[in-house]
Amino acid sequence: MKVQNNKAWLMVLPMLLLVAVSAIIPLMTVVNYSVQDTFGNNEFFWVGTEWFHEVLASERFHNALQRTLLFSALILAIEIPLGIAIALAMPRRGIAVSFCLVLMALPLLIPWNVVGTIWQVFGRVDIGLLGHGLASLGIDYNYTQNTFDAWVTLIIMDVWHWTSLVVLLCYSGLVSIPEVYYQAARIDGASRWAIFRFIQLPKIKRVLLIAVLLRFMDSFMIYTEPFVVTGGGPGNSTTFLSIDLVQMAVGQFDLGPAAAMSLIYFLIILLLSWVFYTVMTSLDNDAASEQGRH
Amino acid sequence: MLRLANIARRVDSHNALQDISLELKRGELNILLGPTLSGKTSLMRVMAGLDRPDSGELTFDGESVIGVPVQRRELAMVYQQFINYPSLSVYENIASPLRVAGLDKQEIETRVAQAAQLLKLEPYLNRKPANLSGGQQQRVALARALVKRASLVLLDEPLANLDYKLREELRAELPMLFAELGAVLVYATTEPSEALVLGGKTACLNRGRVEQFGPTLDLYRDPDTLMAARLFSDPPLNSLALSRGNGGLRFAGAEQALPAAVTAELVNALPADEVESTLTLAVRGHHLRLGSDVAHASEPSTRESLIEIRGTVDVTEITGSESFVHFTFMGQPWVALLDGIHALPGGAAITLYARPHDCFLFNTQTGKRVRKLSGGE
Repeated sequence: MKVQNNKAWLMVLPMLLLVAVSAIIPLMTVVNYSVQDTFGNNEFFWVGTEWFHEVLASERFHNALQRTLLFSALILAIEIPLGIAIALAMPRRGIAVSFCLVLMALPLLIPWNVVGTIWQVFGRVDIGLLGHGLASLGIDYNYTQNTFDAWVTLIIMDVWHWTSLVVLLCYSGLVSIPEVYYQAARIDGASRWAIFRFIQLPKIKRVLLIAVLLRFMDSFMIYTEPFVVTGGGPGNSTTFLSIDLVQMAVGQFDLGPAAAMSLIYFLIILLLSWVFYTVMTSLDNDAASEQGRH
Repeated sequence: MLRLANIARRVDSHNALQDISLELKRGELNILLGPTLSGKTSLMRVMAGLDRPDSGELTFDGESVIGVPVQRRELAMVYQQFINYPSLSVYENIASPLRVAGLDKQEIETRVAQAAQLLKLEPYLNRKPANLSGGQQQRVALARALVKRASLVLLDEPLANLDYKLREELRAELPMLFAELGAVLVYATTEPSEALVLGGKTACLNRGRVEQFGPTLDLYRDPDTLMAARLFSDPPLNSLALSRGNGGLRFAGAEQALPAAVTAELVNALPADEVESTLTLAVRGHHLRLGSDVAHASEPSTRESLIEIRGTVDVTEITGSESFVHFTFMGQPWVALLDGIHALPGGAAITLYARPHDCFLFNTQTGKRVRKLSGGE
């Protein structure tokens, strides 16, 4: 005999409501826009996948996507190794620990737009310490005119702002390794590299995965800082997907294509995060097949 | 042979090791017995060359090894924690010290196979350590120490984190595993019973000092100091100060003196220079017996030759074959280890007997043994 108890639904109801209001309903609104066209008056016409075809075929989207991918790749390539290196160099005991931790946490406490403003002023050639300093050294630096300078500024700014996160995550993993592991490795005669590769890295692998995912998603969705510092310029050179999307949706009021683009954007992030996750969790098994190479 | 002469080391301004002199021979099992923080690990770290002693000499086969980097010592160490490389397979873990040493493939394969067979790890060679049980993980760590064929093998409480059954199993195998190496084997433990089962030689450590060093059984039967006897007793050693008066010995504070025959037996055994010393009597728990277990207990002559102990039971722990009776005697916590089940309720009166020649006498001031009777184990 099957016992039915519909009261159980009451238990999940609050959660369902919360998820519905915070995620599902907004998402469905976007889906709604992405398959319709409107000429005002609240009149909508079914257009099917037309906007998706248009967005995927447009050069503007391709360029923005390439810029965003390059930006994320550079951010990960710099922040992850740098973060690990700093975490390895941080002291493990004594007063210096709290000092370093506070120092590391400081950039993380600053809001995105403030970071943008700080660097925007810092890099200005006329009044900024960095910009003026470089100019007085005879270096031609101007992030408002020079594409390369704009990119360097944004990347340094992001590295300054977010490397700490990687450091703190890795550090938490490193301090959890008991001292005897290092002692055992010394007795084995393991090199510094071998200690990192076979003791420290496996131990921080999990937090490193979180660090990579967080930094990837964050850098892939970066908006505020380039908006404040470069406004997407010079030209379109720092117009990332997010900036492009806002320009399309708010600037041009092309709601249909913008909605299609946000869905594509969302799916790309989802897909790449899944790839990162799968690759990094399978690293464990790769290490076994790598035997004999150290 | 590993020789330590007057080794001392201070850590954070307290003496971790003081004046330690030991000679540890190749092919022998040397046990460091002592409670937590008694200096076992500190001493091992000095032996390994991980820490430099502040003073003293450390020689291996006649050559000083102080200042020789750990990597260049022929050394293997196993810890209480199961230390293996988490990302490497069991095979690679065992092979790792050999790869660092740069041995050729053939030799590595032979040695790993040999160690895996000895430690019964053959079915698990392709697994990761995390997928093994605690006992198997420690076997991997032991195999790593074994393949190195080191001349100094340090085992720092290697069985402490294992459950009872596995501990017994591995403890029986351990001495045989390393016997063929001809290495100096050092084994640290907090448990007297473990030292006794392993045999070999034992050094009793207390607060960074070696209380006594010698063959394990001799040390157990014939401790030189009250501290060594305490360290080597489980359940804890029972002891009480004696006082003299009216020609007889009595427990300090007791109204009644010990029987004349007992006093005579104890005093007769004193060396001449200790006749006037203040004495402490100590007896192990399993040497205390109930009246019903003493043969001819009803005869006065038997009673007269025994030390009578009347106490009040605090609590009784029954393991099945034995009962640990904790009781209070003259204000001191004592414990008796009795055969069989004795479900004595708390507060009950208990009378126990000890034979004088099962007891140890110590000089209360110096803590040294004042009688050299064999303990009759």
